[in-house]
Amino acid sequence: MTDPRSPALGRRAVLAGAAAAPMLMTVDQARAQGVAPRRGGVLNTIITPEPPLLILGVNNQGPTLIVGGKIYQGLVKLSPRLEPLPELARSWSVSPDGRVYTFTLQDNITFHDGRPCTAEDVIFSVTKFHMEVNPRARAILERIEKAEAPDPKTVVFTLKAPFEPFLLIFDVTACAIVPKHLYDGTDYRNNPNNSTPIGTGPFRLAEWQRGNFIRLARHEQYWKPGQPYLDGIIYRVVPDSQSRALALQTGQVQMTQFNDIEPFDVPRFQAMPNLAVATDGWELFSPLSWIEINHRIKPLDDARFRRAMAHAVDRNFIAQRLWFGVGRPATSPIASTTRFHDPTARMPDFNPREAAAILDGMGLRPNADGVRASIKMMQLPYGEVWNRLSEYLRQALRQVGIAVELESTDVAGWVRRLANWEFETTINFVYQWGDPTLGVERTYVSSNIKKVAFTNTAGYVNAEVDRLFAQARDEPQAEKRRALFSEVQKKLVADVPLVWLMELAFPTIHEKRLRNVITTGTGVHASFDDVFFAS
Amino acid sequence: MGAGALAAFLAQRTVKAAFVILGVVVFQFVLIRLAPGDPASVIAGQSGAADPLFMAQLREQFGLDRPLWEQLLIYLRDILTLDLGFSHRQQRTVASLIGERLPATLLLTGAAFAFALIGGVALGVAASRRVGRPADSAITVIALTFYATPIFWVGLLLVLVFSVWLEWLPSFGMFTVGADLTGLAHALDVAKHLILPALTLGLFFLAIYARLARASMLEVADQDFVRTARAKGVPEGRIVRVHVLRNALLPVITFAGIQAGQLVGGSILVETVFAWPGIGRLAFEALLARDYAVLLGVFFCTAVMVVVFNLVTDLLYAVVDPRVEVA
Repeated sequence: MTDPRSPALGRRAVLAGAAAAPMLMTVDQARAQGVAPRRGGVLNTIITPEPPLLILGVNNQGPTLIVGGKIYQGLVKLSPRLEPLPELARSWSVSPDGRVYTFTLQDNITFHDGRPCTAEDVIFSVTKFHMEVNPRARAILERIEKAEAPDPKTVVFTLKAPFEPFLLIFDVTACAIVPKHLYDGTDYRNNPNNSTPIGTGPFRLAEWQRGNFIRLARHEQYWKPGQPYLDGIIYRVVPDSQSRALALQTGQVQMTQFNDIEPFDVPRFQAMPNLAVATDGWELFSPLSWIEINHRIKPLDDARFRRAMAHAVDRNFIAQRLWFGVGRPATSPIASTTRFHDPTARMPDFNPREAAAILDGMGLRPNADGVRASIKMMQLPYGEVWNRLSEYLRQALRQVGIAVELESTDVAGWVRRLANWEFETTINFVYQWGDPTLGVERTYVSSNIKKVAFTNTAGYVNAEVDRLFAQARDEPQAEKRRALFSEVQKKLVADVPLVWLMELAFPTIHEKRLRNVITTGTGVHASFDDVFFAS
Repeated sequence: MGAGALAAFLAQRTVKAAFVILGVVVFQFVLIRLAPGDPASVIAGQSGAADPLFMAQLREQFGLDRPLWEQLLIYLRDILTLDLGFSHRQQRTVASLIGERLPATLLLTGAAFAFALIGGVALGVAASRRVGRPADSAITVIALTFYATPIFWVGLLLVLVFSVWLEWLPSFGMFTVGADLTGLAHALDVAKHLILPALTLGLFFLAIYARLARASMLEVADQDFVRTARAKGVPEGRIVRVHVLRNALLPVITFAGIQAGQLVGGSILVETVFAWPGIGRLAFEALLARDYAVLLGVFFCTAVMVVVFNLVTDLLYAVVDPRVEVA
């Protein structure tokens, strides 16, 4: 581990996994500023939009992961630097050839219905449940050759071939452990238990009034003695952003997260003395936003034109004036919060003059209205700030002679047109999942050009990029993967298949007396078993 | 009007109503399928991850892999047995989803309706009795203001004044979650939460009823039979109540009938601003999620209510004004 930002997930770090944990606990307590945890109190917060279901794996929307992360748990959780830490697995080891992972479970893990959670539940969840329902986990779990439980507290996975980022998949947001006794042999998607999630997490679902609130209560048989500290968590469903801001301002809720508060309201809350505004806790997701470009349409297929577009956009302006400093400007296709980000691979900087020169060089001269080319841009229907972004982009591109016609749509329409390649440009953002093989590769390799959203819908083809991603995927050594990803980043910033805009983050705003809110690389998705109200 | 005539009237109207509702259902079914995208694409979009197998699995689970006419036939067959279907997205029956929201919706729209109707007619009568005087002008101006102000703006102002400045009333929700109140305490708690949304929703309609009632009262007050009553020495209060008001109510009832039919539909705007767990939001969110069964279920319930209230309105005419016969 030479680079401090790049903890290797390889054997060395993994073997140290259990040992590293107590050190991180100290960090947690430092965050609590030396205040001893206090038991009691109910956390009132907000969830937007309301999740349709709370069964992780069957539904994987952001809000589902946030609430479900309290009800279910994974084998590991991830530190802010995305090192695996013990959760349901107390410790683990990896064989020298990188193919055999042996997990030892915690003592006394109990599901909310009182049944014990054993190695059988883990094997069922990993090899059957998530393989069947969860598109994200499936791609990785199919690398498992066999899964065995030599005893009720030990699980051994043998991979077909080494897979360096394997442990990342065992966070609750990707592979939650579900009860075998309720799901085995059933139709998982239509299981009658889907309205009453049963997990091992510190909180169980107590009441859900649709359109009103989700109430979680303490799981009395939680495997960590004396925890969780909170008596419960109430997620209120508040659809209007101004009503949400008001609820936080008046203290009716003590915390907001994800999309609850519009970026332009954040400065107002930063100024309130009783509130803390955190923007960390999104390291695993590190959503990267970009202008998605359909390479099947001229002149968008020309790398020079795309580079001119990139030169026309002031990403600092976007980060500071539209997102008010929540998140940071993108520099490459691999976010700086994930391993393998190469700071020396930099996309074209903001330089409208250069953009104009490139367009001149392409023979695209301005007409009488100053227009060199016209493109359409489908707006991302995820709220006000995204509309403002499109409007900014229209203006910025018009400055260099590219006229942009904005098209509006709703979520269903947007996904459909994106999936069917029926767009010229649009805004998109995609989670990175802590490793380029898991979250970045899918956007750029030609084998993933599919009529499905969040694949290589741009239609970008570069054989060299394909080869580098494929090698990095199968390479067991972290350092060798780093070299491959550096190379692929340099290729991509030269080609500009997409115009990257922002490494997004979402503000978590909470009362200062609420402690230990963000302690992991998944932030508000974590179990909250250590969150408490200081008196 | 005999009982036989009434029965024949009801039977005839019911048959007509059934065809209207059937037409509405088929029309809506086709209409919402014209919106681009489907529930599977929404789920993929909201999850930020998908593969072709996942999309195919979802479409099969939702029954979207069958031809459209077959889906329509299945839906019609279900609806004839009063089965509103199943929301695969939420893993709940549509009937239970609607049933869960219905009490909150009826409480809000009912309270707003009663407030608007009673308050509006009272204001209208008061204004008509003082026509041209300052009280009349004041009522007219207030009514016009509420009529012209966008409903969400009224809501935000009320919240600002009563929740933020005065801190008298909660700004959102239907009751204090987690307080576990029961009986009278619970009822009072709900009432406190109800005041602002009901006022917001009611003020617009109050303005309409006030203006309708005032105009109608003035028109009737000029007619010969009122002058005759006055000449006969009937006390003024009785003239207003029996002779004028009763006749002036017909246009008010017409409008109230239309509004009552929409009570079940809820109000998307007010429910959104006040986070009220009503049917308007359920329908709106179902539309965005392309949760077809839920959306059709809400449409079906609303259509039934409109038809029923049209019928009730027609019957009420006959009660208020004996010259009107049901036919």
